[in-house]
Amino acid sequence: MNRQLHRLALVTVLMLVVLIGATTYWQAWAAPGLQDRQDNAIQTVIQFTIERGLIVPESGKVTFAANRRKRVSGQTFFFRRYPTLGLAAQTVGYSTAARSQAGLEQSMNDYLTGSATNLSNALKRTLARLGGGTVKGNKLVLTLDPSAQRLALSRLGDQCGAVVAMNVKTGAVVVLASSPTYNPNLIDQPGGYAKVLKIRGACGGSSALLNRGTAGLYTPGSTFKMVTAAAALDSGKFKPTSGFYDPGYCIDYGKPVSNAGNPDQGGTEVFGHVDLAEGFQHSINSVFCNVGKALGARLILDYAKRFGFYSIPPLETPADERAASGLYLHGKLYDPKDQNLVDAGRLGFGQERMLVTPLQNLMVAATIANKGIVPRPYVVQRIVGPDGSIIRDTKSSNLGRAIKPQTAAELTQMMVSVVQGGTGTAAQIPGVQVAGKTGTAETGVPHVYTAWFVCFAPADNPRYAVAVVLEKQLNGFGGAVSAPIAKAVMENLLHG
Amino acid sequence: MLTAVGFASVYIAGQSRISGASLTYAVFFLGLYLAAHIVARFTVPRADPYLLPLAGLLTAVGLTEIYRLGPANAFKQGLWIVISVAVFAATLIGLRRDYRVLEGYKYLFGVGAIALLFMPLLPGIGETVNGARLWVRAGGLQFQPGELGKIALIVFLAAYLREKREVLAQGRLKDWGPLLVIWGAAMMVLVVTADLGSALLYYGIFLGMLYVATARVAFVAVGLGLFLAGAAVVYEGTPHVRDRVTNWLHPWTTHPVYCPFTGGTALRQDCTSYQEVQSLYSIGHGGFGGTGLGSGTFTNAAGQKIIPDLNTDFIYSALAQEIGLIGAAALVLLYMVFVLRGFRVALLANEGFSKLLAVGLTFGFALQTFIIIGGILRVIPLTGITLPLVSYGGSSVLSNFLVLAGLMLVSDRANREADGA
Repeated sequence: MNRQLHRLALVTVLMLVVLIGATTYWQAWAAPGLQDRQDNAIQTVIQFTIERGLIVPESGKVTFAANRRKRVSGQTFFFRRYPTLGLAAQTVGYSTAARSQAGLEQSMNDYLTGSATNLSNALKRTLARLGGGTVKGNKLVLTLDPSAQRLALSRLGDQCGAVVAMNVKTGAVVVLASSPTYNPNLIDQPGGYAKVLKIRGACGGSSALLNRGTAGLYTPGSTFKMVTAAAALDSGKFKPTSGFYDPGYCIDYGKPVSNAGNPDQGGTEVFGHVDLAEGFQHSINSVFCNVGKALGARLILDYAKRFGFYSIPPLETPADERAASGLYLHGKLYDPKDQNLVDAGRLGFGQERMLVTPLQNLMVAATIANKGIVPRPYVVQRIVGPDGSIIRDTKSSNLGRAIKPQTAAELTQMMVSVVQGGTGTAAQIPGVQVAGKTGTAETGVPHVYTAWFVCFAPADNPRYAVAVVLEKQLNGFGGAVSAPIAKAVMENLLHG
Repeated sequence: MLTAVGFASVYIAGQSRISGASLTYAVFFLGLYLAAHIVARFTVPRADPYLLPLAGLLTAVGLTEIYRLGPANAFKQGLWIVISVAVFAATLIGLRRDYRVLEGYKYLFGVGAIALLFMPLLPGIGETVNGARLWVRAGGLQFQPGELGKIALIVFLAAYLREKREVLAQGRLKDWGPLLVIWGAAMMVLVVTADLGSALLYYGIFLGMLYVATARVAFVAVGLGLFLAGAAVVYEGTPHVRDRVTNWLHPWTTHPVYCPFTGGTALRQDCTSYQEVQSLYSIGHGGFGGTGLGSGTFTNAAGQKIIPDLNTDFIYSALAQEIGLIGAAALVLLYMVFVLRGFRVALLANEGFSKLLAVGLTFGFALQTFIIIGGILRVIPLTGITLPLVSYGGSSVLSNFLVLAGLMLVSDRANREADGA
């Protein structure tokens, strides 16, 4: 019997060893995966025991995200609340009890909960936990300007659209307003999420959760002439004084494309002999159609890429809440190898299958304002530890040079003329020279347009760039409906 | 004695971290342990010196965690430990001369085991908890007679196999009769009460003892085959069992599935496998070092318990969270040392009944540990049984103290005989 005993003992020991192995698996190997699961009730509670970092603007007295303290059976819990309601809802996002998160609340979660910082911070956190103290997260200080943001939202009203603005010297995003907006406090209430999903702007069935400034893709229309003109001038193939003859249409693929297709044009439909600068000032499609054909789609797209097209612009919000601009085919970014697959003429004046986010258009304007260097956009200025120490301070940087300073100066002049005596006169600010470009893109529905205005000011020493887009405007042209909003926000930024 | 002081200090340290006022428990427990030790010293002086301290340590770990999860339960558990120690002492005193008298009453034990297993089925006193009918309620007390049935069965098997092991090894059918009858009846009761964990446990004990007694691997193979066949039948026929297997294989779903609790649909992790999955989260949360005793998270922000039955079936999940991988591995190692001492007792015993009794008690103890922890860790399908000596539950503690008493009696006798020879 002893031999059998030995064997049975061996089997038994092996069984217990398996238990240690399995425990190791779950506690070491599989633990991170378990922690990330949505239904993990423990992590849900843990989240409440952390005093999540505040989210505040650098200037202004408001708080975008704060905490409400509550004692439950001897433990202190912190519940998230959003005092500014819809003011920066899509950018700040939300963090709910069910651990669904969006916006900066999602992408900066590790900072807000204090879990991903440097070693000394990790040590402090562990000590706090062992000592039974509250783990405190880090505060986010945003570059958003609450007063300009509030103005932008009120001017947007119930229209669907976005207003974005940037400090052109630093890349700091000062306005990131998306309409319709929602109250993030609703998300965590029973039935609240469904309520948010039901929010409709004037444009009809569109989500309030979408951050239109960074993820809304719109046909750029004539605002894309900034990129076409940049390619034309920077490549040396055209000068502002290059002459064109506008018969009122452009022959594209053997067929005339009428200027009348562009409601953005001011004045008569037929301009006759003009130069490139005048073509830009009055947004003449035939001129840019011919420029596009002469340059070829490849060159235009290559210049677009220098401005940041075809890649998701950097920002601290989650990557899936930002979109890359460019040609789109079947809902996907489309960069054809063969340029003949793209209608260069239509691309020249921003139709084709080109889709652009407000942020990207803002970056184009900011680059022109910044003498040809693309500022790197950011919205988190500082991350501050619970003890007041600065964990991260964003230094302004750039994404490289897109165009020569000379080209930028020429484009600036052209954009100034747009506001002074072209399609964008509604954006004039007394005493300040504004450089801008209008855009009114066809939506496929007659008389319903996507209305753009992109500008920067002051033209001689640019400080801010502003981009405004309005969806589904009935007979609403960029110069008429979007330019006044851009003007108001710009004035607020310059004087406020 | 050293170990005793060691565990006592661990225990006191653990308690004082929860609340300084709970020292009473520690002092009381130490006193109780000393009492058990003194009784053992006089009745079974030559018994294996590690068994009692190891059992004491496991009980202390369990009581500490039960206290941490709910002080009211710790008081009840404390009462049960007092009763268990008394029964333990009484057993040692009663059987100190020669426990082998039990061999003579083997059929009584066999019938008694079945009677105990049947008890919960009796109307009026039986109770169904979590789909399994294995409780008896008398007055305010709940009791699982199956726990004692287990001990009775081991005694019966040890005696019967000792007597018949040679003939059984030859494979004569008629000698298998009583054994199969009793076994079949036991299995039937278990299937009827739907207590699978215990069915697996008793069957495993049976196979283990049969193997040691007859040295025939073939019996084990046939036995396992029969078990699998039986399990397949049970799987088809019992939704309770089917759920357990489904939860084991696919605890998480990405799409809502039918949820029998609500009648609607839900993700499985929010319905039938909720307990298993949350228990894994608890273990995972412990990580390497654990959250520290008293610092684990077991209630949600509304103050409700996250995992039901945390102090009984799922106490390992609670411990693993609070004492981490280091502590949990140490706990399993404690079980391993206890089990190895048990096998050593069986090895040293010099006659069949003692050997088989020690093997049955030891292997049963180990297998029960494996079934519950393995179930929690998704090594095998989860079936609810208690973690020996650690889980909250009076009948469980009582029966495991009887296991301890049995092993100490056998080892005392073996050592005395070795000295005498």
